[in-house]
Amino acid sequence: MSPQVTPIADTAQDLELTERIIAPDGQRLANSRLDPFVDDVDAEQLRALHRDMVILRRIDAEGVALQRQGQLGLWAPCQGQEATQIGTARALATRDYVFPSYRETGVIYARGAKPGDYVRMWRGEEGAGHDPEALRVAPLQIIIGAQTLHAVGYGLGILHDEADEVAVTYFGDGATSQGDVNEAMIFAASYGAPVVFVCQNNHWAISEPVSVQSQYPIAGRAPGFGIPSVRVDGNDVLACMAAMRWALAHARAGKGPAYIEAVTYRMGPHTTADDPTRYRPQTELDEWRRRDPISRLEAHLRELGELGDDHVAATQEAADDIAREMRAECIGMVTRPPLAVFDGVYAEPHSGLDRQRDEYAAHLASFEGEA
Amino acid sequence: MAAAEMTLGKALGAGLRQAMRDDDRVVLLGEDIGKLGGVFRITDGLLDEFGAKRVIDTPLAESGIVGTAVGLAFRGYRPVVEIQFDGFVYPAFDQIVAQVAKLHYRTQGRVRMPITIRIPWAGGIGAAEHHSESPEAYFVHTAGLRVIAVSNPEDAYRSLRQAIASDDPVIFFEPKRLYHHKGQVDLDAPLADAAPMGLARVVRTGADATLITYGAMVTTALQAAEAAEDEGISLEVIDLRSLSPVDYGTVAASVRKTGRVVVAHEASREAGVAAEVIASITERCFEYLESAPLRVTGHDVPYPPAKLEKYHLPDLDRLLDAVDRVLDRPHSLTGADA
Repeated sequence: MSPQVTPIADTAQDLELTERIIAPDGQRLANSRLDPFVDDVDAEQLRALHRDMVILRRIDAEGVALQRQGQLGLWAPCQGQEATQIGTARALATRDYVFPSYRETGVIYARGAKPGDYVRMWRGEEGAGHDPEALRVAPLQIIIGAQTLHAVGYGLGILHDEADEVAVTYFGDGATSQGDVNEAMIFAASYGAPVVFVCQNNHWAISEPVSVQSQYPIAGRAPGFGIPSVRVDGNDVLACMAAMRWALAHARAGKGPAYIEAVTYRMGPHTTADDPTRYRPQTELDEWRRRDPISRLEAHLRELGELGDDHVAATQEAADDIAREMRAECIGMVTRPPLAVFDGVYAEPHSGLDRQRDEYAAHLASFEGEA
Repeated sequence: MAAAEMTLGKALGAGLRQAMRDDDRVVLLGEDIGKLGGVFRITDGLLDEFGAKRVIDTPLAESGIVGTAVGLAFRGYRPVVEIQFDGFVYPAFDQIVAQVAKLHYRTQGRVRMPITIRIPWAGGIGAAEHHSESPEAYFVHTAGLRVIAVSNPEDAYRSLRQAIASDDPVIFFEPKRLYHHKGQVDLDAPLADAAPMGLARVVRTGADATLITYGAMVTTALQAAEAAEDEGISLEVIDLRSLSPVDYGTVAASVRKTGRVVVAHEASREAGVAAEVIASITERCFEYLESAPLRVTGHDVPYPPAKLEKYHLPDLDRLLDAVDRVLDRPHSLTGADA
């Protein structure tokens, strides 16, 4: 029998080939596989997810604005991926540990990031924008796919500690071509480590469409590694939450790693330094705007009669408040003094670096008293 | 207990065993390190004593091994990685230089990377391609790493325990061709009493010139010093032991005494450790130098086939020729244009 090949390069059809609970028009669909994982989610919880997604989009817009105004060196927008990030991250337990890539603004939001945490790294003040232990999220990772192995090592530690925790890693469709990601899947499967792989297939790795990375549905690769997977509609927040609960339960039960491919879309540029008009047609973007994850949930809530004006107004106010705090924190950041460039390279003294520091301190001191 | 005689390989195994007994967060990862005991048998017996949770046979993927060690370090473990051969470390290069080396700096110490990466290292054993490499300069050049190269059993036993106990990542080079060399090791000597990791050692005192090297080349340097003595030349030999940081206190004291320097290593020359050491000596001791410091190194060629390696590795005669040059004695290039 020849393997089944799904024509994933056809982005118009792509989303149709996923597990979903809420259709793009807001209608609730029966899904026997996913429904049991979210049968407790009531209208109030749906509104909370809606609130999260609206706030995340506002944070993201503020990040873009701050970059355009010269306050940030760079920003990696996540507009369009709110359902994937919020749905999966809200399924986590506090004790779980996350190894993200650089686009997971929504994940660190859901893990309790403070307003300044979103911008500290992108402004160039610090190597890590947040305290990893406080959020139980590793620093944002820029090397594509490197963090997936870290999650596996952490998961191996969980296994040896016999702890009731899961290591979770986020990465994109481009990362699935990296050796590290494939090695991570092999190591996780071999050890049966409690690791959840979350691939956000947002269809674009800068200018390269997902068809350059894979000619087979990405989730379809995982079973070949011995890892069960689900291909979920990444713009359906409820389906993303259900898939994540399935994956976490699988890992917590000692069954080893699980894999989610969330099929979504990067509505913005790769980063603020990118110009997507050079490589993708406006029609494609328009198509995906009609599948917007936030308006989908709004349509569903409206259908239920559960999207009150008061909720919408309060949500917008909360989003604006966070954006304001983020802006104020960003602009108010005080850059560390010159010799801080030497801080934290080593945990213990290093005679070579200590000497360089002393020499640079003397150099700086030679300018003291000059205008 | 009095010191016992053992090989460098056995001393490394003893060092691992002691480190694992001292701290149950120490775990070993590598290819074939379990039942086989590693291709060089360094981890022989450790699986039986500590079990498969602490002596972990990994899939055959070096980046995966080091990346997994990073995750274990995030969780508070102190992983010790065995890279099977020097030439196999390159697939792990990103995880070492972009992850292991930088995470402490990136997080300003909130995340520590107490990872030791052991690398059976360098040539002279007639091995196949990619089994005789000297990649130390890449790691010396990388901020955030410490780099150790051992030359004898006592040093191996002590330095390995110190590397594992260090809160910084350490690239730990083990000279393959000395694995079977024997020396005295006091297994009960408290680590607290040992010289700190990172200090160089004057292994032979002399007055006329300083010969600086590390790893298996220390043995060659000592042979050169003996041969030179027959000609009435007194060589001081320094074993650097640590390549990052380099102990310039010990180095400079010697250079100020002798005024003449040869730095030797198996690794090729351009932008190598010897270049860095000589630049630093020149900055610190210029007025003490009686002649231009010289390098004796592997040539700037890919590591040659085994039958040719003896023409690549610095030997006694090349060291002595360089000594003649720094001492302004007749040498192989006498009369040649500079």
